[in-house]
Amino acid sequence: MTEPVLSVQDLRVWYGSERGAVRAVDGVSFDLRPGETLGLVGESGCGKTTLGRGVLGLLPRGAKLDGEVNYGGRNLVTTSRRELQQMRGPELGLIFQEPLTRLNPLLRVSEHFEEALGTHEPDLDKEEIKHRSIEALRAMGIPPTRYRAYPHEFSGGMRQRIMIALALVLRPSFIVADEPTTALDVLVEAQIIRILGDLRRNFDTSLLFITHNLGIVAEACDRVAVMYAGRIVEQGPVTDVFARPQHPYTRELLRSTISLATTGLHYIPGAPPDLIDPPSGCRFHPRCPEAMRMCPQQFPQPVALGPQTVECWLHGPQNLVPEGGQEPLEREEVTVADEA
Amino acid sequence: MRRSPLPTKPDVLTSTGGAQDDALMEIRDLEVHFQLRSNALARLVGGGGETVKAVDGVNITLRKGEVLGLVGESGSGKTTLGRTLLGLVRPSSGQILYGNQDIARLRQNKMRKLRQRLQMVFQDPHAALNPAMDVRAALGHPLRIQGLVRNKAEERARVVEALERVGLTPAEQFLDKLPSELSGGQKQRAVIARAIICGPELLVADEPISMLDMSVRAKILELMLELRRDLDLTYVYITHDLATAKFFCDRVAIMYLGRVVEIGPTEEIFADPKHPYTQALLAAVPDPDPERRIPRELPRGEIPDAAAPPHGCSFHPRCPFAFEPCGWEARDLQALFERRWTERGEEVFAREEHLVEGLSDLPSGQETVRLPVPSGRNASELKSLLDDARAEAPDDPLWRGVEDIDVEDGQVTLRFRAGIDPELRTVGGVDVACHLHDPDLKPPENAGY
Repeated sequence: MTEPVLSVQDLRVWYGSERGAVRAVDGVSFDLRPGETLGLVGESGCGKTTLGRGVLGLLPRGAKLDGEVNYGGRNLVTTSRRELQQMRGPELGLIFQEPLTRLNPLLRVSEHFEEALGTHEPDLDKEEIKHRSIEALRAMGIPPTRYRAYPHEFSGGMRQRIMIALALVLRPSFIVADEPTTALDVLVEAQIIRILGDLRRNFDTSLLFITHNLGIVAEACDRVAVMYAGRIVEQGPVTDVFARPQHPYTRELLRSTISLATTGLHYIPGAPPDLIDPPSGCRFHPRCPEAMRMCPQQFPQPVALGPQTVECWLHGPQNLVPEGGQEPLEREEVTVADEA
Repeated sequence: MRRSPLPTKPDVLTSTGGAQDDALMEIRDLEVHFQLRSNALARLVGGGGETVKAVDGVNITLRKGEVLGLVGESGSGKTTLGRTLLGLVRPSSGQILYGNQDIARLRQNKMRKLRQRLQMVFQDPHAALNPAMDVRAALGHPLRIQGLVRNKAEERARVVEALERVGLTPAEQFLDKLPSELSGGQKQRAVIARAIICGPELLVADEPISMLDMSVRAKILELMLELRRDLDLTYVYITHDLATAKFFCDRVAIMYLGRVVEIGPTEEIFADPKHPYTQALLAAVPDPDPERRIPRELPRGEIPDAAAPPHGCSFHPRCPFAFEPCGWEARDLQALFERRWTERGEEVFAREEHLVEGLSDLPSGQETVRLPVPSGRNASELKSLLDDARAEAPDDPLWRGVEDIDVEDGQVTLRFRAGIDPELRTVGGVDVACHLHDPDLKPPENAGY
């Protein structure tokens, strides 16, 4: 097995608030290998975006980062702001959710590229910059005729392609894509997914793909990590996780997705918890259809099940489950008052 | 044949044609055009500028009790059409017959009275509620405006009833809440409660779940189905999400650039989509089953500028099956070169750019165009470049629309085949506007899938 490009160990991101610490990311570990795409899914408010930003060190002031983000032989958590700044671009990239607001309306597309390449690769001359930029744009399907156009002359989908080209032109080895298709139409979304899917074949770029759309994960990702209330509750290869979800949350999330094959409506009652004072033990237990007496008492251990890793007491380890711990949990009714 | 345990629709609704007396609303030749004024003077005195045909000749009969889906990408005119049905946008021409009245021509004061019966659920629940108004006030306002309650006690009772109907129980808990204290799903429930509180018969729901979290979407859809059953509602469901349209709608109208390109019973459209655009939309829906992948062939490009729609069939520049009568024009040639340069790269672009630079200034929609030859170059160079481009991509649908290319008097003349605007025609159980389904035209062999 090849060495991971990025290895995240026990990452925590807490925000300060008047009521106490918000544990947006609370002990998350995963690895990303070269050219691999990891999909990060979960409901809103589960910490997906915070995790993506935390890995790149792009957190607002007042956020506390702890744990390890190992990249290129160093821990990004302890790397200085200045050094991180220099790594962002040539090594670590980010593709934002809203392409419409992320390009400077006063600058031509060419000027965006000149600025990015000029800053990070000052040795390039003008011709080389132009060549590299046009090549990057071509790979995204933008014709060279448009190189000197302004952002407003492009449609939403084209702008997202330009954003991706801008991230790729510096040839980073790791990119975070935060809901890159949410604001786009179905056909354009499919085109962008196609492009991102081609990334892993044509470049050695590793991608952390944040989305709430499980369909996109199935199309574009190699592995998937399901996040709930600041934890990754299940991760593994997409085909295995989607065919045999082991965590009740993954299963319920898959069932509540409305696809062309949907024949009945299904949903998860309640809403993701308040991260200031999350439920005790397994955080999903108040909404879990299979909750046991054990679940609210103790945090579940990560268990390896074939290629998947799951944090759920249903899968043991059995020696830690006390007698009677597997009895069903008696719970209060979840009402609309708690819904998301 | 419904695949859910949820309320099934009466059978009469699935058959097309149906008796006309079950019509709730009839939309005839509806057009909504917006003027874009080019400068300040034109804005003052009117005239000039381009016209955006947001809705361009739509005919639909809305039947009582059905869920009609308006499906399309942004810019297809689906939202404008939905708003026009409620008198929120004034159409340029056409009729919207509701009862014995024509909404297209109704005066504002009469329209206001009708709003008891015609209501809207907005896309963004966070923006549809006044942040300074508590739930009681937001829901009570329509009752007061319509004069449906005599006193506060009565108003409160109606508000509580509506809240309970949409599942915001116990209602007392929600009466004094501000929108900021509600979650997304709760807000959308409140918006729906406000829409049903006056007792409407038609709800136009504009992407009611697209801003909500995946886990709440199903709940809101289920609520809407319950309300339809209990209150005898008719829905116009506007969406770009085919998966929910398939589940939720009885009939679907697929829209593209202001026109309905395919309309029919949901099951038939999803089982056997006839328009290439519908086929493309369906193929592009991401599926959570990893065994099913998006096909490699997707229509290129994006929905064109509505102020300058393509000649002939609006979808032809993106359509993989386009053929002779689809409306080829000079712009398509420009697009072909852009594709060529994207594929072949910078060098080819640098070599050819100058020779075809006049392409972008050519008039659109003309059958015969003269390609300008830049000074210092000659016509045969341009002709051979066109031949090259053709040899390179002989299967590009554009070449089916090119009748001939001539060099005469030092000019290159290009003749396109005459473009025909496709009209809706009945094919099987659906109506579709596409030349592929016109028996009088001969589509290419490989057409359709």
